[in-house]
Amino acid sequence: MTGAVRKKGSIRRRLIIQLLGGAALLAILMFVVVRLYARDLAADSQDEILSASVTSILDAAAVRNGTLALDIPYSAFSMLGNVSDDRVFYTVTRNDAFVTGYQDLPTPQQGRISETRFRTATYRDVEIRMVTAARRLSIAGVPEVVEVTVAQTRDGLRQTLNEISRTVAMFGIGFFLLAAFLGVLAAQSAIGPLRQLAGSVSRRGPEDLRPVTARVPEEMAPLVAALNSFMSRLKASLTRSEDLIAEAAHRVRTPLATVRTQAEITLRRVDKPENRQAVREMIRAIDESSRAAGQLLDHAMVSFRSEHLETKGVDLCRLASDAVERLRPMADLRDIDIELTLPGEPQILRGDAILLQSALLNLLDNAIKYSPTDSTVRVVVSGDGTAGRVMIRDSGKGFALGELKTLTQRFVRGGNTSGVVGSGLGLTIADEVARAHGGSLKLENAKEGIGGCASLSFLLASR
Amino acid sequence: MRKFVLLAGLALMWLAAQATAYEIEDRRSFGPDGASRTLRIISTGDASLFEPILTSFLQSEPNLRIDYVVASSTQLSRAIHEDGAVMDVALSSAMDLQTKLVNDGYALPHRSNATSSLPTWARWRDHLFAFTQEPAAIVLNRAAFDGLPMPRTRQDLIALMRANPDRFEGRVGTYDVRQSGLGYLFATQDARSSETYWRLTEVMGGLGVKLYCCSGLMIDDVVTGDLAVAYNVLGSYAQARPEETQIEVLLPEDFTTVMLRTAFIPASSELPDIAGRFIDHLVTRQWDNAPGLSQVFEGAELTRDDQALRRIRLGPGLLVFLDGFKKQAFFEEWRSAVLQ
Repeated sequence: MTGAVRKKGSIRRRLIIQLLGGAALLAILMFVVVRLYARDLAADSQDEILSASVTSILDAAAVRNGTLALDIPYSAFSMLGNVSDDRVFYTVTRNDAFVTGYQDLPTPQQGRISETRFRTATYRDVEIRMVTAARRLSIAGVPEVVEVTVAQTRDGLRQTLNEISRTVAMFGIGFFLLAAFLGVLAAQSAIGPLRQLAGSVSRRGPEDLRPVTARVPEEMAPLVAALNSFMSRLKASLTRSEDLIAEAAHRVRTPLATVRTQAEITLRRVDKPENRQAVREMIRAIDESSRAAGQLLDHAMVSFRSEHLETKGVDLCRLASDAVERLRPMADLRDIDIELTLPGEPQILRGDAILLQSALLNLLDNAIKYSPTDSTVRVVVSGDGTAGRVMIRDSGKGFALGELKTLTQRFVRGGNTSGVVGSGLGLTIADEVARAHGGSLKLENAKEGIGGCASLSFLLASR
Repeated sequence: MRKFVLLAGLALMWLAAQATAYEIEDRRSFGPDGASRTLRIISTGDASLFEPILTSFLQSEPNLRIDYVVASSTQLSRAIHEDGAVMDVALSSAMDLQTKLVNDGYALPHRSNATSSLPTWARWRDHLFAFTQEPAAIVLNRAAFDGLPMPRTRQDLIALMRANPDRFEGRVGTYDVRQSGLGYLFATQDARSSETYWRLTEVMGGLGVKLYCCSGLMIDDVVTGDLAVAYNVLGSYAQARPEETQIEVLLPEDFTTVMLRTAFIPASSELPDIAGRFIDHLVTRQWDNAPGLSQVFEGAELTRDDQALRRIRLGPGLLVFLDGFKKQAFFEEWRSAVLQ
């Protein structure tokens, strides 16, 4: 039944990989964007405080007694120290001539006087940010331009940025882990219905070809519809072939009866021993064919009725004694005695009387067939209140040990049955009936070493 | 070999030439003679003040000598800034000059457990480390205040001097801010803290204030009674002389300016590792046998009322007072207050 399935990838794995990939991409994107944004923000705040410093120095520039007085406020530099530990450089020029500060500071960004100008430069081997602004003053009646530049190294900026990067990286990793966790959950839940369907289909019995009726997600509907339609076609095809077999068996059985009657009439008329022998062989072959046809019909009947099981209260004792009565004439022909043991009270189970009868007849027929002449077949009905059992034991050769498992399959006959008419369907029928009723068929050899033992067990109807 | 000796000789001569470019006040050596390495320390502090800490450091560093050079804060700054002297540690009480040297890139960074456990106000940029905090005190001669209440604030002092000009005439002293870097630092910080400073300066100017270069001389004159009041004296120096019972060391309650003695490793250092260990030793050592040198650790109780403490803040703010324009303006204002 289970052929090798050729696999290609895994939906779950693909889902997880795609979700993880997406999450990682988003996390990286977030990191980059936030970092860029943070850098702009940090650079802006440095520019702002440098601008404030420059402005406060320019504000302090005044003309006193006809000369330039420049009383740099303490706050102009201390405010820079409040924000970071960066080094501070400054320079003040008057009409482009150096006045005070660091004379070798790089030249500031050129621009209009009214503008605050920014420049990033290298001074004493480190990167600095320079902010420059200027103001017009009238010194001794002459208009002059006082320009102030304040510069700062960017260690604080770098440190802030590193801290932000670390935080954002942690945040990104956390985000990724959370997304990964949710992604795995999502993949699991997406794959869940598929697993459920696979589970419920694979748990089914071999004969169960009913359509799947459980509700499934929209995406799986086409698959389930296809599965259902496939199963219904399979079932139709199986039914058709069984019908065909039954029909064929039926068609064959009636003419065979006629042929057998004619053969017996012929047998009486024939005198020559070799001719009589030939006719007997013929009759025997006809019997075999007719029996096979009968069992095929039986089997078809069992299959059909199993699916539309009618359940009524049936007494195992009644069934057993009926079967024994029906087959007693056949047993008598071979000088076989049937010994029936019944419990005191009826063993009622819910089931189909015709099927159960057929199962018992097949088992008893087997027992009689495989028993030597002048022996005893024992039929024992027992029950313990919850389970009932019919055990049929013969004194034949028993079952070959290696075959116990396969004997219930269709058309499988034991290796030690040569010389006995049989179709290989008897045990199959009994087994199918037992299963249809939730019971079981058990085959074993008698412990004393003589004969086989077949028992049918069922759960009894609760009273 | 001969070549090497020649080169070494030339190098030594060059070093000697370098070393003489700035003026030194004292030079002392500590440690074993045969030591293979020499840690060069340039400091504004007296060798006697630092001897205990130098010897305790040498105990943990065998095979090391310490060459201890004492110079004024301006000369120290000049040695490092202009002369490029090879120094491993620079110790100074002139916080502004120290800050400028670090700001201008003449220092190496140093990070250790010891420095990172310093309070944030006691370090700047992982380059400059405060290892003591020393208040600017007013030292009074007890006898001069006989019959007068002892002042507790600058306002008290102003009132007393105004009320008794005869008693204080010519007996008031303070730093000449044009000469002394520390005096200038104290004066600028006082001026920043309160207008009272200018009033006090004017009152002292009116009483014919005597100007000094150093705390030690001022204290000497208070001890002899030549001075009744010495304003802005390094408290540590005054407290280091407990035997002088005739003086009273006043930490003004309106506000007391606190100077931080700082250390850094000059960029020219040839032994930055040992210098770093020395700085760790400086900042972690208990200064119990150096009265008045209050350690930076454990908060250090300087006055009963910690609110009045004005620690001079390390950082670029100190650069303001080193600006030439600013300095000239301050000198002028100061001169007009003092020399009336």
